[in-house]
Amino acid sequence: MVATFEPKSEYKVIGTRPIRHDGLDKVTGRAVYGADIKLPSMIWGAVLRSPHAHARILSIDTSAAEAMDGVHAVVTNADLPQAENEMVDLGEGATNLKWAVDNILASDKALYAGHAVAAVAAADRYTAEEAARAIKVDYEVLRAATNVDDTIADGMPAILEEFVDSPGAQESGHANHVKEFTHEFGDPDAAIAGADHVVEGEFNLQMVHQGYIEPHNATAVWDENDRLKVWTSTQGAFTVRQQIAAILKIDESRVRVTPLEIGGGFGGKIPIYLEPVAAVLSRKAGNVPVKLVMERRSVFEGTGPAAGGKIHLKLGATKDGQLVAADSTLRMEAGGYPGSLVGASGMCIYACYNIPNMRIVGYDVLVNKPKVAAYRAPGSPQVAFAIETLIDDLCEQAGFDKWQFRRDNAAKEGTRRGDGPIFPRIGMEEVLDAAKETDHFNSDLGDPAPGNVRGRGFASGYWFNVGLQSSVNLSLNNDGTVELVEGSTDIGGTRASIAMQAAETLGITAEDVNPTVVDTDTVGFTAVTGGSRVTYATGYAAYNAAIEMIDKLKVRASMLWSIDADDVQFEDGVFSSKSDPELSIAFKDLAGKLGDTGGPVTSTGSVDLEAAGGAYGTHICDVEIDPETGKTDVVRYTIVQDAGRAIHPSYVEGQMQGGVAQGIGWALNEEYYMSDDGVMSNSSYLDYRMPTSLDLPNIETVIVEVPNPVHPYGVRGVGEVPIVPPVPTVGNAIKDAIGIRLRETPMNAGRIVSALGS
Amino acid sequence: MHPFAYEAPTTIDAAVALLDKHGDRARPIAGGTDVLVQARANRWDLDAIVDVKNIPELTEISHYPDGSVAIGAAVPCYQIYEDQKIRDNFPGIIDAVEMIGGIQIQSRAALGGNLCNSSPSADGICPLIAYNAVCHIAGPGGDDNHRDVAVEDFCTGPGSNVLARGEILVSVVLPNPGDNFGAAYERFIPRNEMDIAVAGAGVSVKLNAAGDKFEAARVALAAVAPVPLVVPAAEAALVGNSVSDDVIEAAAKAAGDAASPIADMRGTIDQRKHLSAVLTRRMINQAVARARG
Repeated sequence: MVATFEPKSEYKVIGTRPIRHDGLDKVTGRAVYGADIKLPSMIWGAVLRSPHAHARILSIDTSAAEAMDGVHAVVTNADLPQAENEMVDLGEGATNLKWAVDNILASDKALYAGHAVAAVAAADRYTAEEAARAIKVDYEVLRAATNVDDTIADGMPAILEEFVDSPGAQESGHANHVKEFTHEFGDPDAAIAGADHVVEGEFNLQMVHQGYIEPHNATAVWDENDRLKVWTSTQGAFTVRQQIAAILKIDESRVRVTPLEIGGGFGGKIPIYLEPVAAVLSRKAGNVPVKLVMERRSVFEGTGPAAGGKIHLKLGATKDGQLVAADSTLRMEAGGYPGSLVGASGMCIYACYNIPNMRIVGYDVLVNKPKVAAYRAPGSPQVAFAIETLIDDLCEQAGFDKWQFRRDNAAKEGTRRGDGPIFPRIGMEEVLDAAKETDHFNSDLGDPAPGNVRGRGFASGYWFNVGLQSSVNLSLNNDGTVELVEGSTDIGGTRASIAMQAAETLGITAEDVNPTVVDTDTVGFTAVTGGSRVTYATGYAAYNAAIEMIDKLKVRASMLWSIDADDVQFEDGVFSSKSDPELSIAFKDLAGKLGDTGGPVTSTGSVDLEAAGGAYGTHICDVEIDPETGKTDVVRYTIVQDAGRAIHPSYVEGQMQGGVAQGIGWALNEEYYMSDDGVMSNSSYLDYRMPTSLDLPNIETVIVEVPNPVHPYGVRGVGEVPIVPPVPTVGNAIKDAIGIRLRETPMNAGRIVSALGS
Repeated sequence: MHPFAYEAPTTIDAAVALLDKHGDRARPIAGGTDVLVQARANRWDLDAIVDVKNIPELTEISHYPDGSVAIGAAVPCYQIYEDQKIRDNFPGIIDAVEMIGGIQIQSRAALGGNLCNSSPSADGICPLIAYNAVCHIAGPGGDDNHRDVAVEDFCTGPGSNVLARGEILVSVVLPNPGDNFGAAYERFIPRNEMDIAVAGAGVSVKLNAAGDKFEAARVALAAVAPVPLVVPAAEAALVGNSVSDDVIEAAAKAAGDAASPIADMRGTIDQRKHLSAVLTRRMINQAVARARG
């Protein structure tokens, strides 16, 4: 769909801050989440997971578990339809079906500690857990690779045999190190050789987890018509349907997925883990509902984190401050199965800047850690750490002003992104300009506590945002309110942002639209809540549905007045005759007359959109550090971001602040800390140190609006880009404070003390 | 985890009988902030939990005429930091009970439970050692089997202590510290709350009347050994010497040298030894300031 819209600035609903439609249910605890589901005859499941990071499964003895009182069913990989190495689309591009199945329940090998191996359904949760522990698995433990260096160590076995002879592995020289792409433009080698200033660095990042509070859950039952019904916490009910159908080898139409409220996802609730297990347990237990809820440790050890990895980057600039060359090698950890999302890293690494000569080489690195999943702008924060750190280094080496250098080289309409696309209208320059105007940018650092030091850093970031398919149904009530039915699970206030776009179009208030997120039987296909796409794409579908409703109501008004439908116009919530000024009727009044004009009015909107036009942000951070202990406090933080158009500014600000909070955790403390034998040592919120409210300052927000010309209200999407700049922003502030550059995450107290002491 | 019995005895003898009957298949529980989490993680295979919060001796704070105080083993942190006499006379204890967990945890978690959990990283144990506190323990066989153990001798390893089958911690007794005495506890955590010590130091000093010389000292370190670690070398570096930066630094160095931590997800060996010295120095200074009033 290609249409362009003139930017408007006058709106009645858009840009206001109504109370979210789902707010009361959530703050009063009445909203229904997956763990709340109770069905007649429901039994509980539990999953047995591998204690070994890399092991061949020689045999599984389920007899003791099956013999226990209250146990209804025990399943292993053998109870899933057997998958070959065939490529299927599971909603995030093509993937190998065997890997998808094996990640649900391991077949020949366990590829990470926490890999699901078997499952039990029993009368209650604790019986199920006890029975799962009674399953005996005979493992042949293999050497485990838990980081990029391990994978190429002498004698390290191939994690997936399929890659031993693959072209990508042959190019890298190791089966665990699969070359994905090279993007090249201009002549990077010559440009670096001819550059006046060259900087180079290697950056090492540890895996981090999304850290959603609500653990994964699924309840499944086969109904009387042998359809599979699933209730789950997901970012995309249709994507769950797609994955379940592929893994169970049944038609998608035989699966109904009901998404419950979701306690955070951040990309991690796009893949499925428990749903097919609950389905086969239900089948084997006699088609009774089976419920599975993960405990925290399994969430960390068994579900997808964000890729760690090693990034090597070299930049070249002329003496007058032009960035002329960039050359990078990205080695991103995928976990036990391919899919580090290194492709997205390649799309983002240079996207803030106009670099005429460049190369990006990407590798997917298999390691014995859980399979990576999307995490908020997946792949972009890692590469932002590299380039935004190295740009600071370059400016310091060459004596350039750090803001001016970025502004002089900023990407704009017409700039070529590293992997090829030419940018449409984007807001990188406007974001940098707005950052320079903030109070924070122009303030003094302030005085640290005695003995402490302070520093300031800033950095920028990019995320491309996606479009994809969405559907919305509207039905008009007699009182003039509108029911809005959508398939986008609401993880960031999107009921409100979609309802507001419908309300704006219909000339009614946000409160007059009642948005409901429904199951896969009840609305047209809608892609995942991800890629910052929902307010953009589902909002666009709501706009289309609202336009269709107005067109239908024009006909109804014309019937009331016995005039031609073309004579009816709609403005500011009022239908009127173009030719007879006496004839007019408000939207709500017309809604009360549907019975006189042909009955109910419903409408639908559906879209399949191209990318939303990328989003940019620039962040500014002040840190205070105790040099004796390395304790780092973020004392001030400002985020400046292009939202295109902020439909509900409070939720845009909330997304911005939330991304920053997660990014600060990533920068300072979060990591998968692996034992020598490849087991995650810190798989609890006690030791996986996400920031608490006491670790964060008030995060100041500046919304920049450079309207997206291909959206009726200018929306670009806001959810992901705020997590991109924090890691280098905090790193640049630490460098400013202590004078030492850290190129490894987390930049925790131990690393700071160690750097200061050496 | 499988179903277990919930017992709520109202006397020490009844609690002791239950614990004696079940042995290691029962755990006493006060706030439950450790035991319940551990039970869910299958660290214990329990037939019963024995709730001790209905036993008067375990739930009271008793101030005695000689200036000593007995803190019942099940008294939650918040009752300790809301007790004005403890705030006035034992500020080093307040340092710890105000930092364990967060507000919600402090309203449940007991200082005695912190001791019985016997984690090397416990925040509550080092300051008790600094105050020369004594554990009052009851066991099977009635009053004859009560015994006292110094807190510094209580822990025997990570998660283990001197309590034998059927024994229960009744209270910890802190003697009157007297004049010119100061104590303090601090830990290092990367966050600001809701975290567990990478290293900690509990220190007490007794100065001469002039306040310029160390007459006695206790130095105990958290999270740098299998048990809360008393450092005699650091104490010796202070006692008999003038209060000076050099003397304090020598004691701090001794603490850093004595620390024998492991490396794990919370910190490295070097980091923990370094922190032991830094925190010891800071806590000696804080204790001196408190001793001088």
